[in-house]
Amino acid sequence: MLKKVIHAMYNDEETLMDAARVLKKNGVRVKEVYSPFPIHGIDPIIGVKRTRLAIASFMYATTGTILALFGMWYFMIHDWPMNIGGKPNFTLLQNLPAFVPITFEFSVLCAAHGMAITYFIRNKTLPGMPASNPDPRTTDNMFVMEVTTDQNHDHSAEDLETMLKDSGIVEISVKDYQ
Amino acid sequence: MEFKFTGKAKTLSYVLMAVGLVSIILGFITDQSEHHQHWWANFLVNGFFFFSIGLGALFFYALQYAAEVGWSAQLKRIYEAMFKFLPIGSVLIGIVIVGGLLHQHHLYHWMDHTLYHEYMIEGADGEVSYTDTMEAGAVLNPSYDKIIANKEAFLNPSFWTIRSIVYIATFLIFAALFRKWSLKEDEVGGVELHKKQYKRSALFLVFFAVFSSTLTWDWVMSIDTHWFSTLFGWYVFSGMWVSAMIFALILVLWLKKKGHFTTVNDSHIHDMSKWMFAISMLWSYLWFSQFLLIWYSDIPEEVTYYTQRIFSDKYSTPFFLTFAINFAVPFYMLMARDAKRNLGFIVPVAFLIFIGHFVDTYLLVIPGTMHDHVSFGIFDLGMFLGFFGLFLYSTLNALSKAPLMPKNHPYLEESKELHH
Repeated sequence: MLKKVIHAMYNDEETLMDAARVLKKNGVRVKEVYSPFPIHGIDPIIGVKRTRLAIASFMYATTGTILALFGMWYFMIHDWPMNIGGKPNFTLLQNLPAFVPITFEFSVLCAAHGMAITYFIRNKTLPGMPASNPDPRTTDNMFVMEVTTDQNHDHSAEDLETMLKDSGIVEISVKDYQ
Repeated sequence: MEFKFTGKAKTLSYVLMAVGLVSIILGFITDQSEHHQHWWANFLVNGFFFFSIGLGALFFYALQYAAEVGWSAQLKRIYEAMFKFLPIGSVLIGIVIVGGLLHQHHLYHWMDHTLYHEYMIEGADGEVSYTDTMEAGAVLNPSYDKIIANKEAFLNPSFWTIRSIVYIATFLIFAALFRKWSLKEDEVGGVELHKKQYKRSALFLVFFAVFSSTLTWDWVMSIDTHWFSTLFGWYVFSGMWVSAMIFALILVLWLKKKGHFTTVNDSHIHDMSKWMFAISMLWSYLWFSQFLLIWYSDIPEEVTYYTQRIFSDKYSTPFFLTFAINFAVPFYMLMARDAKRNLGFIVPVAFLIFIGHFVDTYLLVIPGTMHDHVSFGIFDLGMFLGFFGLFLYSTLNALSKAPLMPKNHPYLEESKELHH
């Protein structure tokens, strides 16, 4: 069977959400929604899982903490003990308060950059990557819902098309894909 | 369903208050220190701790109005009930103030009038008079303390008393008005009263911004008279705020368990836990900011506060342990989203850091007043339980006096529909 992808375009995010609710009730899986801005409350309707970015962020921050502490231990205590204002310079623990601001800043730096880069990679939006939205108008004022036949074996392409046509769309396009 | 203050909760608060009363009496009798200093110091610790919880609730309440917050509209009776403790708390603080003015205790070293003059003249009858100039017959005053004498313009009993009265009066007036308008809103409705609350809350926050710092300087920081720290007020204030949020959160959870607050859902609990988490971080930040700068510069006039705590067998472990617990436990336990909605995480953390902030308050007062001559005894614990019982009784009693769920609050529907 030929795989088909249907792009239904809406001019209002509320209409799109209502349509998605109806589709979900009929057992249709929505593959993706393209929108110029984040639509509040759409995640549970189209079955997007909770982001794991927070967990990644925690791991980046922990990496930053360990790296910063290790670095300062090596530079300031192990390799060449630095005497600054007579502070204890032969143990990490006793000199720890002086290292806290840098450790904090470095953890934040690692978490922030790690999160931003992870986000870009995950969304395939690193600079220079080709755009994956089906229609450039989804960056202006239009909303597109993507439904594929290979995710919805219980429905034929025609079924899906009729369902979508009844849901207040502006445009619809059906394409074959490999 | 209205909240009725009966049964186990009432018995518990009576038992706690009885324990407290016995501890206060026996603690006073058994106290071996001069002028019953230990007893008075404990009284200040507990009085200030619970007064500041009430004050923290009043502050948060005003903040909700001034910021036009929707989500917490249905929880406002909780904060009202908590700040209804302020009159009682003011009496407790007042006892310490009057005790100090009548020289019943020596918590505030600067109240000693012999410190302020460089010379003294001993009269024929043994009567000693003090003078600033080298007069005939004058000798150097051995108690003269130049640093404290320089602070006399601010730290003198009359100005100090006036300030204390102004703080307490301001808080009591605002607390009474907020409660009155809130109850009136239930009857008349409309947005007029809400707008009034909004404006008066903003005004209150202006006063609170100044008074929260200065009252801490006056009542707590002046114990270590030689020492000063400008951010001390914010550090103590963040501690009072987080303690108030913890108490409010536990109270909401308890009431929910009893079948009240059916419209309070996971999202409200999540938001309150967020506050608990966030203010714990604020407290840790301020604690560490104060410590780091003083530790790093190592100037004799600044380190006195810390040397008293760190180079002491009694205080150094609790001093650092309190910081570690109050920072690390909420940081790691409450960071995740799901943990902030899970009672298995919230309740133990809340109890632990509530105790942590009490110990923190204890360490603000005791080292400066008792030095190393004290240990935490059974009557100290009894006094804490007693004051806690008093606070519990006052709060639950106030809670039963008005409908638990406000009516006619403009944001009530928004609060009930909260989901995120």
